[in-house]
Amino acid sequence: MKLQRATRCALFAVSELAREPGRQVSAGEIAENYDLSVNHLAKVLRELARARIITSVRGAGGGYTFAANAKRLTLFDIVSRFEELGTDDGAPAEPGAATDAGRALDRVLTEIDDITVATLKSISLSTFLKLSRRP
Amino acid sequence: MSADEKKPAIRPARGNDMAAVSGIDARITGDAKPAYWTEMFERFGNRDDRYFLLAEDAAGTVLGYIAGEVRAWEFGSPPCGWVFAIGVDPDARVGKVGTQLFDAISARMKAAGVDTVRTMIARDDELIMAFFRSQGMMAGPFVQLEMSVDGGWADEGGEAEP
Repeated sequence: MKLQRATRCALFAVSELAREPGRQVSAGEIAENYDLSVNHLAKVLRELARARIITSVRGAGGGYTFAANAKRLTLFDIVSRFEELGTDDGAPAEPGAATDAGRALDRVLTEIDDITVATLKSISLSTFLKLSRRP
Repeated sequence: MSADEKKPAIRPARGNDMAAVSGIDARITGDAKPAYWTEMFERFGNRDDRYFLLAEDAAGTVLGYIAGEVRAWEFGSPPCGWVFAIGVDPDARVGKVGTQLFDAISARMKAAGVDTVRTMIARDDELIMAFFRSQGMMAGPFVQLEMSVDGGWADEGGEAEP
């Protein structure tokens, strides 16, 4: 599974902020630590602030702080803001979807999607931080 | 009261604990299964190679349970510990009761000579899966498969015969 650049930015930014809740961290510092484009990261941070996962502190010495509960926030909560996860029932049918092979393919892909969603929903940010400290 | 005094005691289950265990299970699942728990105790209680542990508070109230055993060579796996059941009274959650039960059964399995502990979880049971993840568990090398016994392709045969 390959994540979009914005999703990776979001996961890195949220874990950086959640490592030390309460500490204000600038977009520049996060971008430097993870080798990200500041412009791209800024857009992602705005989306995370809209979702109330982080808080933006304006002014000199401003930055971002973690605003969620790390034991309740899951990777799914973050990833699903930037990625299409699971079956999109409203999406137009792909060519061949109504054929026998199309339906068989849909069943296989649904199985993969279900496992992906269950995995992301089961990993809290708190668990993810523990995982990132493992050698 | 100090943190240690508040910490529940972990001990092996006894036959007369099954009503409390069944009660906790019923509160979690909405389904009372007293006969199942009596049978579980017969299979797992008072055994050296199987574990049925309880957490109880200072007043002797059962707060949670865990059950499992060491199994060897099932599915081709070297000996490893299996956790078959865990439950914590909803009123006692977020108090590390589940963690203590899991630590206790893992320690006993390690003492029995295994270095891996394994479990199986319903994919939509986010709470219990998040709990095991928080203990450090990750997806293992096995994939669970199933089908309706009427739903196979018996006439066509399987391409990959073991």
